[in-house]
Amino acid sequence: MSSVRVLIGTKKGAFILTSDAKRQKWDIAGPHFGGWEMYHLKGSPLDPNRIYASQSSGWFGQQMQRSDDGGKTFAPIGNKFEYDGIPGTHQVHDGTPHPWEFKRVWHLEPSLTDPDTVYAGAEDAALFRSTDAGQTWHELSGLRGHGTGPQWAPGAGGLCLHTILLHPTNPKRMFIAISAAGAFRTDDGGASWKAINQGLISSYIPDPTAEVGHCVHRIALHPSRPDTLFMQKHWHIMRSDNAGDSWTKVSGNLPTDFGFPIDVHAHEPETIYVVPIKSDSEHYTPEGKLRVYRSRTGGNEWEPLTKGLPQSDCYVNVLRDAMAVDQLDDCGIYFGTTGGHVYCSPDGGDNWNAIATHLPAVLSVEVQTLA
Amino acid sequence: MSAQTLRIILPYHLQVLACSEREVTLAVALPASAGAIIDALETRYPLLKGTMRDHGSRKRRALVRFFACGEDWSNEPMDAPVPQKVATGAEPFIILGAIAGG
Repeated sequence: MSSVRVLIGTKKGAFILTSDAKRQKWDIAGPHFGGWEMYHLKGSPLDPNRIYASQSSGWFGQQMQRSDDGGKTFAPIGNKFEYDGIPGTHQVHDGTPHPWEFKRVWHLEPSLTDPDTVYAGAEDAALFRSTDAGQTWHELSGLRGHGTGPQWAPGAGGLCLHTILLHPTNPKRMFIAISAAGAFRTDDGGASWKAINQGLISSYIPDPTAEVGHCVHRIALHPSRPDTLFMQKHWHIMRSDNAGDSWTKVSGNLPTDFGFPIDVHAHEPETIYVVPIKSDSEHYTPEGKLRVYRSRTGGNEWEPLTKGLPQSDCYVNVLRDAMAVDQLDDCGIYFGTTGGHVYCSPDGGDNWNAIATHLPAVLSVEVQTLA
Repeated sequence: MSAQTLRIILPYHLQVLACSEREVTLAVALPASAGAIIDALETRYPLLKGTMRDHGSRKRRALVRFFACGEDWSNEPMDAPVPQKVATGAEPFIILGAIAGG
């Protein structure tokens, strides 16, 4: 019988939740790495027992961990992230140049073809790859070498590379996103990159349609339609049907189109989910109501999903890596809040249950569907 | 190169990473300095590499602090000899996470 394993990174440790396919009763294990910021944990799609984890501390820096037994135990792996060559500079908030400095790993993306290969998205923005199961890391410096690198500037959370999407059939193609530089695509395995921000409009930067400078919060795709991308930008929900070459706004009837996560139903490539937040100045749910919005039309037409979610006095956020979907026939949707609650809908968003409560602030949620 | 056995106190999270006790004793190359102490710690406990000083610049991480004989030793040069009582093992060299954050 199928089961699911939910990997939760929080501000103060990691938790692993497991359930059978009914997704009604949950076992909670953790905290793992108590006291550390667990930015992201993600399992290999080829070997679900292999889980990579990013463990970070403002005091003691970056640690990396790997489990080979489905999260029962972890062992440290390489934590040396060095920029390739002379790092150069990017901009900081006041527009002055600042040398690239490694701070932490925001996102891990295990390869679709090799369980020993994994990508890491870092702050200050850079893409690293390991081909030895995380023992050593090497920068794919063609990204930072994109001519616009010196113009990149941090968003409020830092100059972070937070999204890595691997093309399901073309191993040479990847998409990444950086706050606040924008989205980029490689078609040669990471050697060179193209900024894919045409159609984005960001009124908060000097040139609202600039090639870079857009605060992209998250991108998602469905593996059956890898040329269709969905984006939650600082403001605006966007979609592209040409692998990012151009984008169209699909915010439609959302109450606000500011937010962080966006994800796609496992079996319906035009069904997408977002969690609107009041504004860029007020990072919490509007009207004290925690509402996931679902579009079954790939955007523009949205419906609020509220059954089982708090609808009064709730002022939380859902961060960019804190939403995920499982692969079961009735697709499960999961998200975690900055208030430490993790919710699951076992029926595509119609009904929600809190599956963990009162955890530290949730940074990331990933789901593994196990045979 | 001669060495002296020193006492070093680690903060909680580094104890966990190193699977060590709060206080460890290590042979440290002379003249004993903060840099030499970290070299010895990283040799004995490779998982501590990068936790006290940056991998690349080898500068002390901003929120890691050093104390020796009741004095803040954090801003001393990495190769400055530590006080005699620390160098002889009479007093521990203390590594702390700064009081900051939530």
